[in-house]
Amino acid sequence: MKRYLPFVIVSAVALITLAGGTMLYRTKGLPLLTISKDHVAPGTDGAGSIHIRGQPDAPVTLEEFGDFECPPCGKLSEPINQLEHDYHSRLRIIFRHFPFGSHQHAQEAAFASEAAGLQGRFWEMHDLLYREQAAWSTAADARLLFNAYAGMLGLKIDRFKKDMESDEVKRRVTSDQQQGAALGVTVTPTIFINNRALPPASLNAAGLRAAIAAAIKAKSPP
Amino acid sequence: MESRNRIILYTIAALISLAGLAEATYLTVLSLSGETAVCGGSASCFQVLGSGYARIAGIPIAAFGILAYFSAFSFATFAAFGYTRARKFFGLTVWAMFAVTLWLLFVQAFILHAFCRYCLFSAALVFVLAAVVVLTPSSR
Repeated sequence: MKRYLPFVIVSAVALITLAGGTMLYRTKGLPLLTISKDHVAPGTDGAGSIHIRGQPDAPVTLEEFGDFECPPCGKLSEPINQLEHDYHSRLRIIFRHFPFGSHQHAQEAAFASEAAGLQGRFWEMHDLLYREQAAWSTAADARLLFNAYAGMLGLKIDRFKKDMESDEVKRRVTSDQQQGAALGVTVTPTIFINNRALPPASLNAAGLRAAIAAAIKAKSPP
Repeated sequence: MESRNRIILYTIAALISLAGLAEATYLTVLSLSGETAVCGGSASCFQVLGSGYARIAGIPIAAFGILAYFSAFSFATFAAFGYTRARKFFGLTVWAMFAVTLWLLFVQAFILHAFCRYCLFSAALVFVLAAVVVLTPSSR
């Protein structure tokens, strides 16, 4: 019996490792990889693109003007993701940049998301920037972290770094800012539901849910 | 008496390898799932785990760690049960891990200028395993 014991122990450890790893993988729920496809649509202003998450032809559109370094925007990020999940085919999300100059790394963060977008991973970087906001917003050199995030998302780092500096990326961010200014955006987050700005009091999970439900009801046939 | 000491040392080595195996599995899963909260907001950790050095041909380096720690665990277990050939393989595995650990420490210190706490923990485990190899007379 003793002769076979090491085989039994080693086999048991292999099985436990495999089972444990699989369970852990499932509980992690692939937070960054299962999000909806980034539907990149032509921008109305000729700036290149807008980022749409969810069904492109959904009856309700939630359009956010956000700043990655703004804490209230960060707090709303997860509830918005949850709403997209809950309303699925009835809701589409659009994100537009509105980085404030007073936020030290906000503009670089916006560039990072657009540079990731050029490799098809805008929303992954968007979620990551919001989730790790506390880390990079206080870092002396946030760019090092953005490069690390790009690496974690499997982006081509050299291309990402180059794109961060590109005119294309800067133009996209500037275009969003100009569009926001034209719409009267002065604070972040500013959220429009079907082109109607939500009052600040509604900028929370419950308020957003109520506004979306009302918009869906308004769109439903009588 | 020497045989008993050897059993104790290999048992310790097996337990240390188990700890490394658990850590490597954890890091591999996080890497594959895209999870980043692993670092708890640590900038240094991100710099290391998000760098190009954290993957080889797209495969997380932690996955190779699983293989290495599992091999070390298996050989240590067999060695503890008196399989003499396993001692030799255990020694070879540990020295290979030791060499890779030195390289990774070099990368963190002189290329990335950042240290990842998980990597340092793994390095400490490998150093202890190397000490076991050195302390076990017949494995030299």
